[in-house]
Amino acid sequence: MDLRDHTALEVGRMVRERRIGCEELARHALRAIAETEPALNACVTVLEAEALAAARAVQARLDAGEALSPLAGVPMVIKDNICTAGIPTTCGSKMLESFRPPYNATVYERLLAAGAVLVAKTNLDEFAMGGSTETSRFGPTRNPWDTARVPGGSSGGSAASVAAGQAFYALGSDTGGSIRQPCAFCGVSGVKPTYGAVSRYGLIAYASSLDQIGTIGRDILDCAAALRLIEGRDERDSTSVARPPEAEAPAGVRGLRIGVPANYFGEGLDPAVAAPVRAAAQTFAAMGAELVDVALPLVEYAIPAYYVVACAEASSNLSRYDGVKYGFAGAGAESLEELYLRTRSEGFGMEVKRRIMLGAFVLSAGYFDAYYKKAMQARELIQRDFGRVFTQCDMILSPNAPTTAYKIGENIDDPLKMYLGDIYTVSVNLAGLPGVTIPCGFAGGLPVGLQLIGRAFDEATLFRAAAAFQAETNFHKERPNRPSVPCGREAATKNKDLGCGLQVQPTVEEARA
Amino acid sequence: MNYEMVAGLEVHVELSTASKIFCGCVTDFGGEPNTHVCPVCTGMPGTLPVLNRTVVEFAVRTGLALRCDITRRGKFDRKNYFYPDLPKAYQVSQLYLPICRDGALDIGGGKTIGIHEIHMEEDAGKLIHDPWEDCTLVDFNRCGVPLLEIVSEPDFRSAGEVVAYLEKLREILLYLGVSDCKMQEGSMRADINLSVRPEGQAELGTRTEMKNMNSFKAIARAVESETKRQIEVLKAGGRVRQETRRWDDNKDASFAMRSKENAQDYRYFPEPDLLPVHIDDAWIERVRREMPELAEDKRRRYRADFGLPEYDARQLTSERAWARLFEETAARTGRPKAAANLIMTDIMRMTGDSGLLPEDLTLDPAKLAALIGLIEGGQINRTVGKKVLEQVFFHDVDPEAYVKAQGLLLVGDPDLVRAAVEKALADNPKSVEDYRGGKEKAFGFLVGQTMRALGGKADPQLINRLVREALAGEPAE
Amino acid sequence: MTIDDGLIQYLEELSKLRLTEAEQAAAREDLGKILGYMQTLSALDTEGVEGLSHPLANENVFREDAARPSAARETILGNAPRQKGGCFVVPKTVE
Repeated sequence: MDLRDHTALEVGRMVRERRIGCEELARHALRAIAETEPALNACVTVLEAEALAAARAVQARLDAGEALSPLAGVPMVIKDNICTAGIPTTCGSKMLESFRPPYNATVYERLLAAGAVLVAKTNLDEFAMGGSTETSRFGPTRNPWDTARVPGGSSGGSAASVAAGQAFYALGSDTGGSIRQPCAFCGVSGVKPTYGAVSRYGLIAYASSLDQIGTIGRDILDCAAALRLIEGRDERDSTSVARPPEAEAPAGVRGLRIGVPANYFGEGLDPAVAAPVRAAAQTFAAMGAELVDVALPLVEYAIPAYYVVACAEASSNLSRYDGVKYGFAGAGAESLEELYLRTRSEGFGMEVKRRIMLGAFVLSAGYFDAYYKKAMQARELIQRDFGRVFTQCDMILSPNAPTTAYKIGENIDDPLKMYLGDIYTVSVNLAGLPGVTIPCGFAGGLPVGLQLIGRAFDEATLFRAAAAFQAETNFHKERPNRPSVPCGREAATKNKDLGCGLQVQPTVEEARA
Repeated sequence: MNYEMVAGLEVHVELSTASKIFCGCVTDFGGEPNTHVCPVCTGMPGTLPVLNRTVVEFAVRTGLALRCDITRRGKFDRKNYFYPDLPKAYQVSQLYLPICRDGALDIGGGKTIGIHEIHMEEDAGKLIHDPWEDCTLVDFNRCGVPLLEIVSEPDFRSAGEVVAYLEKLREILLYLGVSDCKMQEGSMRADINLSVRPEGQAELGTRTEMKNMNSFKAIARAVESETKRQIEVLKAGGRVRQETRRWDDNKDASFAMRSKENAQDYRYFPEPDLLPVHIDDAWIERVRREMPELAEDKRRRYRADFGLPEYDARQLTSERAWARLFEETAARTGRPKAAANLIMTDIMRMTGDSGLLPEDLTLDPAKLAALIGLIEGGQINRTVGKKVLEQVFFHDVDPEAYVKAQGLLLVGDPDLVRAAVEKALADNPKSVEDYRGGKEKAFGFLVGQTMRALGGKADPQLINRLVREALAGEPAE
Repeated sequence: MTIDDGLIQYLEELSKLRLTEAEQAAAREDLGKILGYMQTLSALDTEGVEGLSHPLANENVFREDAARPSAARETILGNAPRQKGGCFVVPKTVE
């Protein structure tokens, strides 16, 4: 048995049933990281001692009879733009290479209360600006399915880590697709919750009105379980909201109306990606859902509107990095101006600088109305468009990204081309809606994901549909080729020399047999 | 050619809330550097603001007192610029939808100053020059203290009007309880926008902005000095440069600050980390109902209800603490004039002599009322009354218990007093003779002797009457 | 959209960035392309549309005015590149 074939919820159950110890699990995760990191570079900081200590503490709480949560003791990873007190939180940037936050993000506090065991902080595009995890100060992360390719981004480290079996679930952040697209590229499941569903306190801001923390897992149920641990109103984030009570709904998709926007399948979409997404729509239909043709004509305005808003907010959010309070400071500056210039010119990478300058431009006197204000208006029209479509259907099914994972370096010199890759995801952030990604097939040996978009705060319906799909299909169970990490009972008996030492107690039924 | 000056004021006041505008740190003045700070007000990555409800309440209260329209749906905006006292490199402020607009303030003499707008924002930190290493130290204690910026219309035509406006504004803010308005601690700061134009010309001249005045006096001098400077520039055929100038109180002159290029492009945009503020009728009505009485209204009431002269009413409302002490004491004694006199004479003097501020006093109005009762009821005389007041003032004694314990109560029994009078007359026949011979001075002597015999504890008026009666009743043999 | 050197310098100034000549050249081209693409927005009819600055419809989220303990100074200064006497330090800055 390979533990990496189990979901976080299954492993959590093993923990609660005392079939496996938290510390052994943490050791397993650390070992998997040690085995795969040289090829992947998914982690910025591996927390060996901290993880083992946390695992022992969680075990002690469980042994003392604390209920904790379904994911207690299960090793997980967090994107390195989410603050963890005393633990480096770099944003993948030279600017914050040395930064140890003096406080915990709300999501991490909630995870700690729920008995989470953090094993690593994961790699990302610098300040979450990118779709390939290539702009990190700490080098590119590689896709576990093909290490010559990108894992997507900006939560590429988190998605690759879960795909490669380093951790059972992960936190990422999604500003314009940064959870959904890497999940699609790495063949894992992910959710970008409704704006406001999860506290942003402690998420190092890229674009405040678009950023949202979400979860990544091997299947959608893991994502939903992890989301339950972190979501809800937080008095430290004015924009966080308590989830409205959810109506009981039957399992399955019978009777659900799934909107399929024809123009999301048009020019620019790789036919090899379109095919499995269309096939997935048919699978839903076969399971009893009703497919509805819907029109979302404003998609062509979504990318320009998104980049105007995101860059504007980023230019302001990233102004605080000035070499005075924290992080990198340019050396030898004799004047304030020189300190600012050296710090920021040496501390930020080119993509970050580009977006800061774009943001300064669209907000500057004389250009504000034509760019920023226009983008806000486009944003309102896009939100209205979704509102109209959701009178015709319960959710929208679309591709996630125009292509599968591309080669490292392939797009890095063409920022506009890179931006266009966000075509299917950004409007969801502009409108503040929830979106999930699940694997729906392969193209040329690389995973393809589909996106389901729901009404605000109606993650439940998305989870229900995605879970039904995953009950019907096996795409999410496919694993990339990887070096075998000997684990479980087989490992303990057959591969003792490898020293994994992981013992999973048999279930009662297994023992009887 | 004669010139006319035109000025407008931007007044910043720090609100006296318990906590900062966006976090729970205290707003106290001073403190060791960087001890009233947290991740939020030092702009740590990932932190977020949460708006202090009382800041909105105070802004609405101020707006209503200044007869403004209250913006029903307001928002915050970011003002972006780099400076080390601004840790996020943007100030959360209000550009597009300030909370109050279109108000007015009467400053006396029939003059009204228009209020253009009032907006809420956060204060910046403090920079301290370090002469040892020739560098600058940054203290964020003040960072995030809530501010109201009150922007007037360009309605001022003289330094006198500017000062009258500031005094009136300060009085209102103090009475509203929204700020302590201490210029020396920077909780009230005023910037002046000033230009001059030939008399009769409609359009405004080029204006300058003047900062760094630490007192009303400095403001008056800065207005006069800048008016003079601009007129001289124009008379010499020059042009006034639009610039920011810094007032130097020691040199009694202003200096142009280094103008930064592009400094004006603040790239304002809506603050995405805060949600809109919606102020409905019910909220406004509640604030209106709970609004403290302003000095102007108090003065009117003191005159009408208590029959106090205008001068007294002004004295008693010169500080909110006086008004409060007066009203509470008057209410307990039912003798507003006596309460007014006690406060305006002895208490104000003792406060000043002890170097205290009115708001520092912890005087118990109930004890003052008791003291007034003793004096007015003829149980102690005024001289004793002053002594007892000192005890109340400095030692918080109970006046009734004190006068009893110290045996200071006046001898109230007319027979005892009469006996003392008789004895005094009998012991001093020469004086009696003198008096009857027309020497009025002798009367005082006899009164004094009687008082001495009674240990100073009799009502002087009673002694007066009885001495006169005795002298009249016993004609010379 | 064509971006001239003056505009690049203005954006550097606003952003407190100093680009190398090569970076400036690249920025001229990239920003020109991207801003040109953003101009597609001008084709959108937004007559009478107020604009959405926030995806949430919520309003009036407040905290009550209660002081809470501040952070220990060491934690706030702990990440500072330079500190002295309990303060952050910057090169001499005078108004």
